[in-house]
Amino acid sequence: MGNPIIKTTGLSKRYGEVQAVEGLDLSIREGEVFGLLGPNGAGKTTTTLMLLGLTEPTAGSAWIDGHNCTREPIAVKRIVGYLPDNVGFYPDLTGLENLVFTGRLNGLTDAVSRSRAERLLERVGLTYAAGRRAGAYSRGMKQRLGIADVLMKDPKVIIMDEPTLGIDPEGVRELMNLIRQLSAQDGRTLLLSSHQLYQVQQVCDRVGIFVKGRLIACGTIGELGRQLENDGRFLLELQAEPMDEALRKALAAIPGVKEIQPAGDSWEIVSSRDVRPDVTRAAAERGAAILSLRQRGGDLDEIYRQYFEKAGDRDDNHEDARPENGSGGLRLFRRRKKV
Amino acid sequence: MLARKTAPEDSASSGGEKKYESGMAALFRKELSDHLNSRRFYLMFALLLLATTASLAGGISSIVSSGGGDYVYLELFTTGSAYIYSFATFLAFLGPLAGIALGFDAVNNERSLGTLNRLVSQPIYRDSIINAKFLAGFAALGVMIFALGLYVCGVGIITLGLPPQAEEIFRILTFLLLTWVYTAFWLGLSILFSVLYRHAATAALCAIAIWLFLSLFMSLVAGGVANLLYPTDGIQGFFNTMSNYQLNLALNRISPYYLFSEAATTILSPSVRSIGVVTTSQLTGAVAGYLPFGQSLLLIWPHLVGMIALTMAAFACAYISFMRQEIRA
Repeated sequence: MGNPIIKTTGLSKRYGEVQAVEGLDLSIREGEVFGLLGPNGAGKTTTTLMLLGLTEPTAGSAWIDGHNCTREPIAVKRIVGYLPDNVGFYPDLTGLENLVFTGRLNGLTDAVSRSRAERLLERVGLTYAAGRRAGAYSRGMKQRLGIADVLMKDPKVIIMDEPTLGIDPEGVRELMNLIRQLSAQDGRTLLLSSHQLYQVQQVCDRVGIFVKGRLIACGTIGELGRQLENDGRFLLELQAEPMDEALRKALAAIPGVKEIQPAGDSWEIVSSRDVRPDVTRAAAERGAAILSLRQRGGDLDEIYRQYFEKAGDRDDNHEDARPENGSGGLRLFRRRKKV
Repeated sequence: MLARKTAPEDSASSGGEKKYESGMAALFRKELSDHLNSRRFYLMFALLLLATTASLAGGISSIVSSGGGDYVYLELFTTGSAYIYSFATFLAFLGPLAGIALGFDAVNNERSLGTLNRLVSQPIYRDSIINAKFLAGFAALGVMIFALGLYVCGVGIITLGLPPQAEEIFRILTFLLLTWVYTAFWLGLSILFSVLYRHAATAALCAIAIWLFLSLFMSLVAGGVANLLYPTDGIQGFFNTMSNYQLNLALNRISPYYLFSEAATTILSPSVRSIGVVTTSQLTGAVAGYLPFGQSLLLIWPHLVGMIALTMAAFACAYISFMRQEIRA
């Protein structure tokens, strides 16, 4: 990993009574994929806008590649590509024309803009729609065109605000592949802000958890997970047949188990250590068949949730861990580790 | 999805000197081509063309029946008939609509399309966005107005069979310039509303309301206020007449519609020798004749400057509010 390319010190923004971002100290190294995670309204977009010099911070400063984001916004915008969360294009221009226009704004000649636009359209898989009006593009196509648009200026740093919002699973998979390519093959630095944890987890080198304007945790996913385990909090999800009172008592008797709560058709077992072997044994002794056993804590969902609880903020969306709770919820998908 | 790393032409261009300040030119080009390709522009143009043709038909028949004066071309612009307004009157009425049509969704449309975010994250100065929008609208209005003016002249040459005199050409060009500035004021005003209001419809309604007020009701308001402050009945009325008239005129001149009408009449009719009140003693010994072009221009100079100032003020407000606005939706 290279030198820090994005750096903020005590970055704060206040809108009237609302403290959108508070004392953000962030350092992102060159070539890194960094995920800024947090619920809606946590201040992620405000942070990205401050990094681009589009919003003036109330306190603190942000630097990208040695340029002050507030004082030298033009220099910053030359090397930073920004994909807004609701990216839009001129509906009467074709996809290609939209890209060529962006190229012109970046000081490229028409010939260079054109050939670059064509190449980028191929890269994002939109060559077939290059001559179609952008107004007729679907949400997923617009998002891909947005990525091509960001790449028109050949940026060192790419900031994406909620890149996976409103895209189907297949589209998300392609997007994540592309993000990985941008980082690994092109050596660009990426900053993703998202509330969709599962997707970000796949692709980020490091994540920062952002709640109510504050960064409450920052590190690799492994680091964050270990940090939590050290706190002595394990969560096990168990589904067995039959799930009767006898089994419950047997499980409660295992040393280390603190609490057993029914959650839907399974139980959540809170313990102070890894109790999986004991649980399997106990179930086998009772003659109960284990249908699913899942240690939670290793994935971002859980890390996120636990940090969230630790911060004393419980999002309502978060209360229910079912994936069906989709609308505006915290997750789209849920990885289940089945044993 | 194939990954291709930087191709040779790419590195060549990034190695060379990039002209970042060309953002303004690129924006202007796009805005202007948007205007010239828009249905709205065609609609406005067709409306004005229709009005012009109708007024020309009326004007020509009046001129032919009266035999025409010394400045026939100018009469083409100012003469209507019993049934139809003159070209100058039509422009005074419909010109603002053209300006409003080109500007009322300039900024809020970018916002609702989500293109504004993308635009401001490019390495261009923020003000070049609004400058380009205004200049492109201004250029489109220029195309429209000069095309109409030349159309009137062309029809005049064909039907009357006379070439215009140099004096007439100057006057016509000045008139068209005046019209251009006049419509630019409305363009600036509608851009201001497009910055202030998120919905294009609200912005358009506001601009149209102001247009109607200044064009139709300002004279009533001016008359009312003047009569209230300087009543003209009774003995005192004799003393108030002058103040009443001057206040009335001053209030009316707030409206660009009035300014334009007054200036257009003066520049297109060399027989208009003065604007405002002239006393009998001032007229004593004056020889009735036409005013040369330079003198007419002198008469309307304050009007022209006033309209330019109004336009600048409208655009300055739009500029300032755009620069201070939060970009996030």
